[in-house]
Amino acid sequence: MDVILFTFFALVAIVGAVSLVLQKHPISSALSLVSVMVALSVLFLLLGAEFIAAAQLVVYSGAIMVLFVFVIMLLNAGAERESRKGGLAQFLGLPLTAILLVFASYVITQSMSNAKAVKFGAFTGGGPREVGWELFTRYLLPFEVTSILILIAIAGAVVLARKEID
Amino acid sequence: MNPAAFYPTATDYLRFLPELILTIGGVLLLVLEALTGDNKDKSSLGYLAIAVVLGAMFAVPVALANPGTSFNGMIVSDGFAAFFRMVTLLVGLFTLLCSTSYLSREKANTGEFYLLVLFSLAGQGIMAASNELIMVFLGLEIASISSYVLAGFLRDDKRGSEAALKYFLLGSFATAFLLYGISWIYGVTGATNLVAIRESLAAGTSGNSMAVAAAALMLIGLAFKVSAAPFQAWAPDVYQGAPAPVSGFLSAGPKAAAFAIFLRIFQTSFESFSSRYEPVLWILALATMLVGNFSALWQSNVKRMLAYSSIAHAGYVLVAVTTNSNVGTAAAMFYLAAYALMNFGAFAAVTHLAGRGESHVTIDDLKGLASKQPVVAGLLTVCLLSLTGVPLTAGFFGKFYIFKAAIDNHLYWLSALGLLNSAIAAYYYLRILAAMYMHEPKTTDHPEPVPGGIQLTMWFSAAGILTLGVFPGLVLDYANRFATFVK
Repeated sequence: MDVILFTFFALVAIVGAVSLVLQKHPISSALSLVSVMVALSVLFLLLGAEFIAAAQLVVYSGAIMVLFVFVIMLLNAGAERESRKGGLAQFLGLPLTAILLVFASYVITQSMSNAKAVKFGAFTGGGPREVGWELFTRYLLPFEVTSILILIAIAGAVVLARKEID
Repeated sequence: MNPAAFYPTATDYLRFLPELILTIGGVLLLVLEALTGDNKDKSSLGYLAIAVVLGAMFAVPVALANPGTSFNGMIVSDGFAAFFRMVTLLVGLFTLLCSTSYLSREKANTGEFYLLVLFSLAGQGIMAASNELIMVFLGLEIASISSYVLAGFLRDDKRGSEAALKYFLLGSFATAFLLYGISWIYGVTGATNLVAIRESLAAGTSGNSMAVAAAALMLIGLAFKVSAAPFQAWAPDVYQGAPAPVSGFLSAGPKAAAFAIFLRIFQTSFESFSSRYEPVLWILALATMLVGNFSALWQSNVKRMLAYSSIAHAGYVLVAVTTNSNVGTAAAMFYLAAYALMNFGAFAAVTHLAGRGESHVTIDDLKGLASKQPVVAGLLTVCLLSLTGVPLTAGFFGKFYIFKAAIDNHLYWLSALGLLNSAIAAYYYLRILAAMYMHEPKTTDHPEPVPGGIQLTMWFSAAGILTLGVFPGLVLDYANRFATFVK
């Protein structure tokens, strides 16, 4: 059952990701991203990371994607125009991606053949209590430093979006 | 478990003091910027930022006096971290000194500029001191995001905006590689702490080829940040399009911090398979030197030429990294300090000479500078001679120690090709010198006076270059003493 669920949602995530890139209209791309996020949250849930699964669903598929769609609607973005300036990337892009994927899967199968596969449901401690405990004890500093990262992103957005400088 | 075991102690804070001061100063600046009126002169905020950086510089020895890891092994305060904190803070100080007059000239003197510089410095400090891949990522992102915005700070300038967008897109792409590598390493070793990764890999229980692949992914991310070929494509466009003081900042500060983390990760965590990545670094170093030097030959824009030269210099540092030895690490440290002085000195001169809207940045514009502004020409000459690697300058000893380390570690071909490269590099630096000294000025208009901050920066870097050129031991002894990592 776990394997079936995993295969199904992993496929949904991959198809969604590919369609995100291929879609011509920004709204279709955004909706593809929603499906990727939802599938990912199911994968987290299968691994036993309940809190992250919920956060993924609420924050990414919920809040952030709504914002995305809003901005796209407000900007009135139309369908993408084809640019004919792909050059080298047009011919090399796909083969190189394929090589990277083949290489990655080769490495994984090589080194993981004797290792234990992930057991679904074997992992416990993905609840809010445990995550909160780790965040405020061992990972206190990264947690606090993340706030600087967010602050600088907001300040940067304000700088770039201001009307004019004089 | 008892949460009290995790409470940070006073020593923890002391080890993190430089970044704390920068962050608090940055937030203070943010509030003050909002409180001062729109039409007020914002130069005073620049002076406050300079004071904050000076405060952080005084905090570096305090952190060094309390060596060890803090916040549960997230940050390590050692001589290596202190060295790179000092280098990045010095670059930040120069940037702030040059920016006040630059921003007034471009009519863009707002407080946000200074606060972005401060936060970027905090990010670079975190990179220099991080002992944990999560902190590496956070520090890198803080430094990078502020850099993206700084590159496009003059929003009405088309080239600046283009530079910022290119930098942002390619930079995020590179960070994705780094993150992917980190996630692989966590999958293999179950750890993100640099020392814990080393122990897990040494125990050899987990898939080693997967760890090598993870190291390769992280190498790509870091090679981008230090602008190593073939990941250098962004650098010329960004350095040319960004405001001149920002170009100087980007080419010296974040690059030094990225090299710091490069050295720390590869010599702490991945040391056990150094023989496997050494050939890759070898090729990377050579390609970076070749691409940088040969492309710089054809440039007529001084900023773009300095961008390619900064790629070439990253190549020299990569030679030192390739040696994978303490001598090499010390040579890289010395070189990055010397490079910060000479490169920023050159960019400070460009900041002054570019004029309003940066309309005078070609080599033709420098013609006859020696008769018009002999002092600026003289100080720029010191920087350029040091970049060339002429004896009695810091650049000479920088190259000397790097190639000495390479030969000591039997990298004969790489040293020979590297020396050949620095001979090629002499050509384009001499082109600028020839334009300054052997031509008549194009126009006879009166030169603008050099702003105090830029003057101070140029004098300081020239003095630093000559001091290190005569007494290299001042920095090298320190570098040699602290070129080892906590393992």
